[in-house]
Amino acid sequence: MSSMGKLNQHQARTAYLFITPTMLLFVAFTIVPVVMALYLSFTNYDVVSRMDFVKLDNYKRLLQDELFWTTFKNVAFYSVIFVPLNILISLGLAMLLNFRRYGVKLFRTMNYLPTLTSAVAAATVWIWLLHPEFGLVNNLLGYVGVTGPAWLAQTETAMLSIILVTLWQSVGSNMVIYIAGLQGVPDYLYESAKLDGATAWDRFRYITWPQLRPTTFLVSTMSIIGALQLFDQAFVLTQGGPGNVTKTPVYLIYQQGFNQLQMGYASAQAFVLALAILAFSFINMRISKSEEPIV
Amino acid sequence: MAQPSISAAAGKRTRPASVTARKALGAIAFYAVAIIIAICMFLPFFWSLITSFKPSDEIFSVPISWLPSRITFEHYKAAFTTVPFGLYFYNSFVLAAAGVLCNLFFGSLSGYAFAKLDFKLNKPLFRVLLAAMMIPGIVTMIPSFYVLKHFPLIGGNDLMGDGGNGFLNSFWGIILPGASGSFAVFFMRQFFLTLPSDMMEMARIEGCPEFRIFWNIYLPLTKPALATLSIFTFQAGWNSFLWPMIILNDPDKATIQMGLQAFSYNYQTDYGPMMAGALIAILPILILFLLLQKYFVQGIAFTGTKG
Repeated sequence: MSSMGKLNQHQARTAYLFITPTMLLFVAFTIVPVVMALYLSFTNYDVVSRMDFVKLDNYKRLLQDELFWTTFKNVAFYSVIFVPLNILISLGLAMLLNFRRYGVKLFRTMNYLPTLTSAVAAATVWIWLLHPEFGLVNNLLGYVGVTGPAWLAQTETAMLSIILVTLWQSVGSNMVIYIAGLQGVPDYLYESAKLDGATAWDRFRYITWPQLRPTTFLVSTMSIIGALQLFDQAFVLTQGGPGNVTKTPVYLIYQQGFNQLQMGYASAQAFVLALAILAFSFINMRISKSEEPIV
Repeated sequence: MAQPSISAAAGKRTRPASVTARKALGAIAFYAVAIIIAICMFLPFFWSLITSFKPSDEIFSVPISWLPSRITFEHYKAAFTTVPFGLYFYNSFVLAAAGVLCNLFFGSLSGYAFAKLDFKLNKPLFRVLLAAMMIPGIVTMIPSFYVLKHFPLIGGNDLMGDGGNGFLNSFWGIILPGASGSFAVFFMRQFFLTLPSDMMEMARIEGCPEFRIFWNIYLPLTKPALATLSIFTFQAGWNSFLWPMIILNDPDKATIQMGLQAFSYNYQTDYGPMMAGALIAILPILILFLLLQKYFVQGIAFTGTKG
């Protein structure tokens, strides 16, 4: 018995030793920052001068800050267009490339390649593709007699351009998730439906779509969370312009905190944004919880 | 609908003619759609590649010319000489590689402890780590900056963390916060859980020290998981943009993403070098992907089911 206890003690000591580096880093760069985030949002911290406690001033200011709410409106507009298109295209690609046919792997790879590019590189490439005069997109439109807009410089199309670029970058990985989902749909459902004379559309409407509901939910909530954290593409493609139509919350927080050094106020903004993101993470967790317990 | 002549040419003897024709039509439709989509998805790569090899005057031509009249490397030369692109590439590589090494080591060390070793705080600590994965990065951005700036006894700081700049403007400011990500710990733990525990007991009876059990017996068995984790960590490190931009002020320490952004902002009409730079920034991940595709797909499947 006593040797057993000793062994366990020894094991526990080893374990604590093994997790020490992780836990130290975790405390320094997660626990402390989270606690500080709340505290900083009640101060006027600006890196250079003395830090004072200003109570709810930052939050009061935030309520009247139209630009802050504009960024949320921008993200909402982005999501309203991005999420359905993302689902439509990824699911379409998945259903197409779920066929067992020669060369299907190659097609999947081709669609997956854009997801590997960094947001900055993708945006840089698309600045050139969307060039109003010499860009590929407008020249292709010219072939069919359409005069393309100045994509990045016009208020009507700037956000659409960002949507286009992020769609190009994200449908590939969502396609892979959907393919995994499709392969989980049992074959006998389709076979019995076929025997009952269901058309292809019926099979999609009453089998595929309902069976993939968890996947669709996952993809949508992840897209919304991604939208709320949008920064790189907006920063490189349009610098938030024209007229703030592509300014995102993260962009504003970055400017407020690191360009204007109003870190106290930026912390309050970050806190509000984080609550919005957390809300969607919780929805996501509740839905996927029933599927696979992790701990 | 189905002509016998078509089925005779394309079909097998035993099948009815209409079925064979339908199948052929289906195949044609499938390949037509799949190829058109693949071309659309690949077009941006193709176009930036073509642009990067075109002589300058052909880049700005209306109507567009699909192929360059001659291939030139001047834009690649320009990309490396106008700005220190080689240095940016090196910086990014060092940061991404350091991130991989740290996450592999610390992640598997604590993943092993959480999966295989008995200790009182095992479950509670792991739950806290897991819950922390939900915390959005934006909320810790400013305070992490504060922590790095006021880190005691570093970069001219005193014991209270004042006086200097801490880890700001150093690679450590990027490596340390991500050195042992919760995802790495979680990922490795899940993998260690699938390995049997009896090897551990055997080794203990033989008197093998705990670290050697981990290092020599268990760690070699996790090679596929380590490969997947390295790819994901490398990709994340290589592609990250906002955090390095916040921490690194010295132009000589800039990463390739920062360099590319600055280039496209400062030389707005130099599309040739711009495309060359973008392709150089994409290339390492692309090569990694083509070499290790199997592990990429495993990783997506994991993150997809994890939810």
